[in-house]
Amino acid sequence: MVVAKQRRRTSAPAAPGYTLEDVKALSAAHREPAWLAESRVAAWEVYEDLPMPSLSDEDWRRTDYRHIRWSEAETIIQPNGASVAQIPASKLEPLIGDQQAGLLAFVDGQVVQREFSTQMAGQGIIFTDLLTACREYESLVRPNLMTKAVQPTEGKFAALHAALWTHGVFLYVPRNKVAELPFHVVIHNTRPGASLGHVLVVLEENSQATILVDYTSAPTDQHCAYIGATELLVGDAANLQYVGLQDWNRQTYEFSHQRARVGRDGNLDWIVGTMGGRLVKAYMELELDGLGAHGRMSGFFFADGEQLFDHDTQQNHNAPLTVSDLLFKGAAKDSARTVWQGMIKSLPKMQKIDGFQASRNLILSKTARMDGIPGLEIEADDVACSHAATFGTLEEEPVFYLMSRGIHRSDAELMVIDGFFDELLQRIPFERVRERLQAAMEAKIIGM
Amino acid sequence: MVAALEIRNLHVSVEDRPILRGVNLTVKQGEVHALMGPNGSGKSTLANVLMGHPAYQVTAGQVIFDGEDLLEMEADERSRAGLFLAFQYPVAIPGVTLANFLRQALNARLKAKDPDSKGISIPEFRRLMKAKMDLLQMDHSFAGRYLNDGFSGGEKKRAEILQMATLEPRIAILDETDSGLDIDALRIVSDGVNKLRGPQLGVLVITHYQRILNYIQPEYVHVMLDGQIVESGGPDLALRLEEMGYEWIRARHNPA
Repeated sequence: MVVAKQRRRTSAPAAPGYTLEDVKALSAAHREPAWLAESRVAAWEVYEDLPMPSLSDEDWRRTDYRHIRWSEAETIIQPNGASVAQIPASKLEPLIGDQQAGLLAFVDGQVVQREFSTQMAGQGIIFTDLLTACREYESLVRPNLMTKAVQPTEGKFAALHAALWTHGVFLYVPRNKVAELPFHVVIHNTRPGASLGHVLVVLEENSQATILVDYTSAPTDQHCAYIGATELLVGDAANLQYVGLQDWNRQTYEFSHQRARVGRDGNLDWIVGTMGGRLVKAYMELELDGLGAHGRMSGFFFADGEQLFDHDTQQNHNAPLTVSDLLFKGAAKDSARTVWQGMIKSLPKMQKIDGFQASRNLILSKTARMDGIPGLEIEADDVACSHAATFGTLEEEPVFYLMSRGIHRSDAELMVIDGFFDELLQRIPFERVRERLQAAMEAKIIGM
Repeated sequence: MVAALEIRNLHVSVEDRPILRGVNLTVKQGEVHALMGPNGSGKSTLANVLMGHPAYQVTAGQVIFDGEDLLEMEADERSRAGLFLAFQYPVAIPGVTLANFLRQALNARLKAKDPDSKGISIPEFRRLMKAKMDLLQMDHSFAGRYLNDGFSGGEKKRAEILQMATLEPRIAILDETDSGLDIDALRIVSDGVNKLRGPQLGVLVITHYQRILNYIQPEYVHVMLDGQIVESGGPDLALRLEEMGYEWIRARHNPA
């Protein structure tokens, strides 16, 4: 089949109304070290040189965000009387095990709760907010902040983030240290407007950690923007489990860049759950840099109403004997739209690599639309790379089968949909994370 | 009181094509009936329409179950009223374990009786499952497997009878439960059914072949042809069919 390329007549998306003065004002308000303030200004210059991404860009052609009202969404959220009491209590409970190594909670970008085991601190592990880290641990932050993983040059929103990030988290685990208990980060906004959050995780050689970041915001009728970046630097033989759970209010437009680098024999287990927001454009890129590096990416999403989720993943095999395994499973109902586009790439002569990607989509209404676009660019011959994308609807046969055993139709449908997600949930080794995702999913299904 | 499934002059179409053309049959608790017939005669259609499969349209007739109009009930209500169908081709449901599914099925029954019921406790459920699995010589690891997913033909049929044993229906329809089973599997499945036989259970065994009737011995045998029951009799009717074939029946009822 030949598909004629159509030239779309589109108006270019509007940009938010920030200026260099906003960047400088932010640095001044934070009393930032000079190197950081300078890096923001440099990023601003990059930002000004880049166009807003539009439907004529290949990776944006399915994601039209021109309906964002920047007049509301660009206002940077200012904390005002922020307190931990504003966070729903359920969000503060440990999601991984009963105990945690640390909890860092933000409300409207301000730290409202800070817990960190002294035993961990005694081992040289650092778990703090990114501004504090920039002031106190320059030698650890500066070489790693937006230099190795997410760089300002890779896109308009990456550059904007680098210029204007408002808050963030820094987790650092020194060589040979193991943080046995998990770290928990809660990022909650009570006010409408823009927030630009950053996660920077640095695991030195042969270290280990688990961290969960939970994003939520209170409902509002005004548009909000989250322009985020996540950087995961996994050293040689280090082991990171990273869980990101997103449940923004329905007015939030998320534009985020997330990239992980994994060193020789390192291992990353990367899990994301996307439930909230009005529109999500998330780049998630895995760079397997060292011989034998291993990365697993698991994505759970469920879009309803008018939501649009666009996950853009890359598995880059930059060394021989690297292994990647991606599974994205999602559902869409009402007039929701989802896009997953994935690419497995290998550099030339990277032999014995093993890359896999699968996108499984469950379409729950006639007006929902799901796209799954796998891709391979392999420049080596001794490789095992494969991909798959499947699309299905809720079938009557299994529902009837369950009903024939006395189960109500609504419960039967829920069981079949639950069953669809089970393969993905089985990849999440944390019971309460699974329960959280299941509960969010069930709430969306019952809202049918 | 003994419950009965009474099928009266039932006409059923699939996509406007008539399949059943006036079926009359009554099965009571405590009785075992066999329904035989050549392929395409409408046996499986009858089984599915009794369970409430949405693809079939009833165009005329009635089905009364324990005094209630069965055709007015959803499939789940029919099940909770005590009707069971062992499917010929049970559908695989990935991600749903046999144990989770059966517990939900039991709990749906308990909740229908008592809306405040908290359902069966997990230890009690485990004991029940193990006892029923032993009855069917099933390995206990079955409970953790996804429903019918990757099951062999024999495993699927055993899982169907396991469900029947657990849900304790009043009337059970076995739709070609023998098809594709080797003799050992057939014996295990039949033994399982026989252990459930008693005054509380009525069974309608649907089969193409007489063989299963050596194991599950019926009191009544009916023959279906072209959407109607054309002969009814005792166990000897099945033996005559085995000997003389369906052509013999066809010749008697459609003289050329």
